[in-house]
Amino acid sequence: MTVAVLPRVADSVPLPSGEQVQAAPLLSVRGVTLQYKTRDQLVTATYRVSFNVYEGDRFVLLGPSGCGKSSLLKAVGGFIEPVEGRLELAGKPIRKPGPDRMMVFQEFDQLLPWKTVRQNVTYPMQVSGRFDKAKIAVQVERLLEATNLTRFADAYPHMLSGGMKQRVAIARAMAMEPAMLLMDEPFAALDALTRRSMQAELLSLWEQTRFTMLFVTHSITEALIVGTRILLLSPHPGQVRAEIDASDVDLGSMGSDRFSALNDRISQLLFNSAADLS
Amino acid sequence: MSIAVETIVAAWRPEYEVPVSDVGTIADVARPLSRFERLTQNSLFRRGMVLVVLAVIWEAYATYLDNELLFPRFSDTMVALWTQSWHGPLLSRTLFSLELLAVGYSIGIALAGILVVISVSTKVGDDVLSALTSMFNPLPAIALLPLALLWFGLGVQSIIFVVIHSVLWAVALNTHVGFKSVSQTLKMAGQNFGLRGLGYIGGILLPAAFPSILGGLKIGWAFAWRTLIAAELVFGATSRQGGLGWFIFENRNSLETSNVFAGLFTVIIIGLLVESVVFRAIELRTIYRWGMQH
Repeated sequence: MTVAVLPRVADSVPLPSGEQVQAAPLLSVRGVTLQYKTRDQLVTATYRVSFNVYEGDRFVLLGPSGCGKSSLLKAVGGFIEPVEGRLELAGKPIRKPGPDRMMVFQEFDQLLPWKTVRQNVTYPMQVSGRFDKAKIAVQVERLLEATNLTRFADAYPHMLSGGMKQRVAIARAMAMEPAMLLMDEPFAALDALTRRSMQAELLSLWEQTRFTMLFVTHSITEALIVGTRILLLSPHPGQVRAEIDASDVDLGSMGSDRFSALNDRISQLLFNSAADLS
Repeated sequence: MSIAVETIVAAWRPEYEVPVSDVGTIADVARPLSRFERLTQNSLFRRGMVLVVLAVIWEAYATYLDNELLFPRFSDTMVALWTQSWHGPLLSRTLFSLELLAVGYSIGIALAGILVVISVSTKVGDDVLSALTSMFNPLPAIALLPLALLWFGLGVQSIIFVVIHSVLWAVALNTHVGFKSVSQTLKMAGQNFGLRGLGYIGGILLPAAFPSILGGLKIGWAFAWRTLIAAELVFGATSRQGGLGWFIFENRNSLETSNVFAGLFTVIIIGLLVESVVFRAIELRTIYRWGMQH
């Protein structure tokens, strides 16, 4: 019903610039409007946002605070229902939270404090019932190894630093082999040095398994480092400003001409749209 | 001019890089504490010392007062405690009380659990539990004893009824508050794992709210123990069966004051044991280990 009024954005979305052209997007977001209630008003977080995420993408939602990027991620996670538009994962509508879209939050308290690092990674796998015992044990050890957590496997979360906690959260999410990894500013609460090494680790994890991820950030630099494609959102309410290909820049190309050119272009787009409004 | 200044500064404060050296044993700051240091770190030991001091003051004051009928000495109380335990009814009375307590406490916790599960599942349940706890929590359980006697008659059921009442609301209230204060992130993480219904309550809410629940269990225990002894005191005059409260009442009637003190002493000892051994052990294995309380 609501679909009819939406603009047909699907046709205008540019294809990913990779060598092979995928037929169908893994995640399709079509004209999604999100609203939430505060104590005394109804706030529109995003207005008719559309985008496609393809398998293997490191897709970044970038924008200033108030552009609804976290709300969008939560909608993909199934925590918020859109008032308008459709969200589809592999062709199926998203209705509720599920382990096929594992989420990594910004907050350090996302780990279960009553479980050790190993148990934290193991628990969702056991709960989902998708894996047999032997597979769980192997998978958990492999991910602890990959995230440099083996030494701390029996520590409780409160003994760990912020960066380590986020590593556990990433290991926990990846262990589930989700169709898509949702990351809500996972490094925002870390110090600058730790953030840099976490970004490098995330990229090397991606090199190993090429998982699909949807990554929310408000840092242009982080978006350029982490993302292969960047969706720019303008604030109040969040609307799509641009989608940019950033597959040719990463941690290694920081400071290069291409990196700063993209950086400038993005700032231009973000700050111009802010100027338009004022 | 500026070049000259820079050269001088460079000469004073040259840049340098140094390889990190192995600091060896000096940096290894962890050293086992001496026996005395460990003893003073132990809160059980410190509290024990306080008790010893109190016992000495008691003994001294009672000797000074020299009135066995009103205030027997510590040593007399200890003798009474010994003889009443091994050659008198004190031990069986205590066990009887503890049995009632265990039954009432367990039923109270079970009911509280059911109430809270209903309250987190539905909006109406939430309102009902809030109303019930705010109504019944301030009502002293012992005030319900006359009613309980009317409904259940003289007997074990009436006592268990008031004990349940004393446990139920404290535990329900604390568990409810604990569930509500579980962080949004943790709740979302649980839903993300695909947890629903009872699995979600047991897997996320219950352990996350455990500090608050344990607080409720401690308060509930203290309420229940007091209520039980008080109820037994009232019953003592009328019932054939009796527990620790009745033991105290009986001995007061026969002016065996040192036995009364022995009874009171037992009440205190059991209170202390449960508080600082049972609950302490649970705390150490749970909320302290998990870093949820320091």
